[in-house]
Amino acid sequence: MDQARILVVDDERDYNETIVKRLRRRGFEAETALSGPEALELLSAKSFDVALLDIMMPGMDGIEVLRELKKRTPEVEVILLTGHASVESGVLGMSIGANSYLLKPVDFDELLAAIGQAYERKRLSGSGS
Amino acid sequence: MKTLDFKRLRLSIIVFTVGFSLLPLLVLGIGIKQRFSSAYQDALRGNLRTLVESKRNAIDLFLNERLSQVTTLASALSFEESSDQPALERIFALMQSSTRYYIDIGVIGMDGYHMAYAGPYNLEGLNYKNEEWFAKVTSKGVYISDVFLGFRKVPHIIIAVLRREGNRSWIVRATIDSDIFESFVKRVQMGRKGDAFLLNDKQVLQTNPRFGGHAMEDMELPFRVEGRFQGVRVQELTVSHRSYLYGWTWLENKDWMLVIREDPEDELRPLFEAEYLVWLLLAGGVAVIIAGTVIVTNSMVRRLEKAEREKAELDANLTQSGKMAALGKMAAGVAHEINNPLAIIREQAGWIKDLLEEDEVKAVPQFKEIYDSVHRIEHHVERAKTVTHRMLGFARRMEPSLHEVDFNKLLGETVQFLKTEALLRNIDVRLTLGENLPPTKSDPTQLQQVFLNLIDNAIDAIGKNGQITLTTRYHADKNELAAVFTDTGCGISPETLDKIFDPFFTTKKPGEGTGLGLAIAFGIIEKLGGRITVTSTLGKGTTFTVYVPAV
Repeated sequence: MDQARILVVDDERDYNETIVKRLRRRGFEAETALSGPEALELLSAKSFDVALLDIMMPGMDGIEVLRELKKRTPEVEVILLTGHASVESGVLGMSIGANSYLLKPVDFDELLAAIGQAYERKRLSGSGS
Repeated sequence: MKTLDFKRLRLSIIVFTVGFSLLPLLVLGIGIKQRFSSAYQDALRGNLRTLVESKRNAIDLFLNERLSQVTTLASALSFEESSDQPALERIFALMQSSTRYYIDIGVIGMDGYHMAYAGPYNLEGLNYKNEEWFAKVTSKGVYISDVFLGFRKVPHIIIAVLRREGNRSWIVRATIDSDIFESFVKRVQMGRKGDAFLLNDKQVLQTNPRFGGHAMEDMELPFRVEGRFQGVRVQELTVSHRSYLYGWTWLENKDWMLVIREDPEDELRPLFEAEYLVWLLLAGGVAVIIAGTVIVTNSMVRRLEKAEREKAELDANLTQSGKMAALGKMAAGVAHEINNPLAIIREQAGWIKDLLEEDEVKAVPQFKEIYDSVHRIEHHVERAKTVTHRMLGFARRMEPSLHEVDFNKLLGETVQFLKTEALLRNIDVRLTLGENLPPTKSDPTQLQQVFLNLIDNAIDAIGKNGQITLTTRYHADKNELAAVFTDTGCGISPETLDKIFDPFFTTKKPGEGTGLGLAIAFGIIEKLGGRITVTSTLGKGTTFTVYVPAV
């Protein structure tokens, strides 16, 4: 399998769906989840390589989802996305195990690069283990 | 905030202090002066009373002695002896040997002619029968006359005594030079305006006063005399706008009144001199108090003013910091709310762009229009993003990571970024770097951001052709480093200067500036424990100074 399998988690449906469409168009296997619990459900049902995780979400926020995700499926790489420049949450996310941290609105090429890097890392660590 | 009116404060402190210190001093001064002067006046009146009494006693004594002498003479001589001319002359010579008061002595018969006469004048054939004194002595037995001229036309008084022996009567009469009284009163005429004289009961002068009249003339007195009285009267009276002290009394043996006038100004001269000294001392005291009060008040008010100014500066700083914090939170909230829709817009545009790559779509006649439109959407989303990201940068409340920073090196590096821009605009950038500056513990990226913002602003202020001077120095007294950014640009008006650090305040055209550069710089420097100051002259240029604590 050459292309990464991606889960996009964001409470904004319009954002979510567009990103997924654009990713699929570029050959990625992509799914959407509109909340933390939904994302965790999907992750347990299906395997993914990279998760794009919005930090600010109603109910369960991105950091909580990240913690849970790292417990259940630590092999999935996470890219944090936020509209809020809370560097603390970014640093916190990285310390919990996020791969990178991007500020919305993010440049699509930048996003692709981040995904590429995360997928690369996953593959390296996967082959190493 | 209400600022104190220091001019008024200063004035009221001075007025109250001087007033309260001078009031007791003046009361004391005036009180002492009045007590002193009234005591002195009392003493003056007492002196005058004593003087009048003693003079009266002397004149009374004199008249008494003369009267008893003449009475003795009259009673000692028999009728025959009295009419004996040589005997009378002998007796007269005897009397003159001890005293020189008498002018002559005569013995006059009841017919009015001299029976005998001893004296320097030739009075042969004169008849006294119709003279006033003759009638008086005949009826009363003893008579002392007022001063009169008589036959000889020389002012004198006479003492006459009637003697009876059996059925014969005669009169012994002595003449006394009235100058003798003059000499009595002359001795008491003191000072420049003092006077002393004798008057009879009809206020006819008996001696020559120094001022206003001659003997035997009427005298105008400034006080009313109503009959005889006992003792001495003393009163202060005003004569032709001048105040005098008068003392007067009646003689005991004669219906004459002794009047002594004193000029209090002469008498009070020592008092005036003392008073003058008191006023001088008082004026000195007043001057010292006023000078002291003014000096103390000035320094006090200056200190107050300084304290007030420092407080105002502190308040302004606190206000600015408070404003920053509140705006920071708001900016972060707003930025976040806008970032999410921006992200969606961008992705929608991105999706359209993706679709535009399809061949069928490329065949649509409006393809070019759609393509341009999507590009513009992307472009303006990008523009909005820079605004929201800068807002978030401003709001960022993270602890700066502190490193030891070489101020000069950092400034030098920062200048390199903008060197090309400055060169293009013909702006001369001069560096005047202080030597041996101690390092500062600071966040180099953030500090560089501040320097960049300030230099960027300076370039914008100049536009074209000008000079930017960058200076660094070390203030040992406060242990702080200063970086001074001076430009020869358009300058900033005082009203604008107040708002210059406020977020979103900008003088640039829409789209060119966010109005956050200086607000961010202010926030960064504040967090680094420093401060930014600005001075500007419209049309001449602006100077920003960044202070940060040295290690």
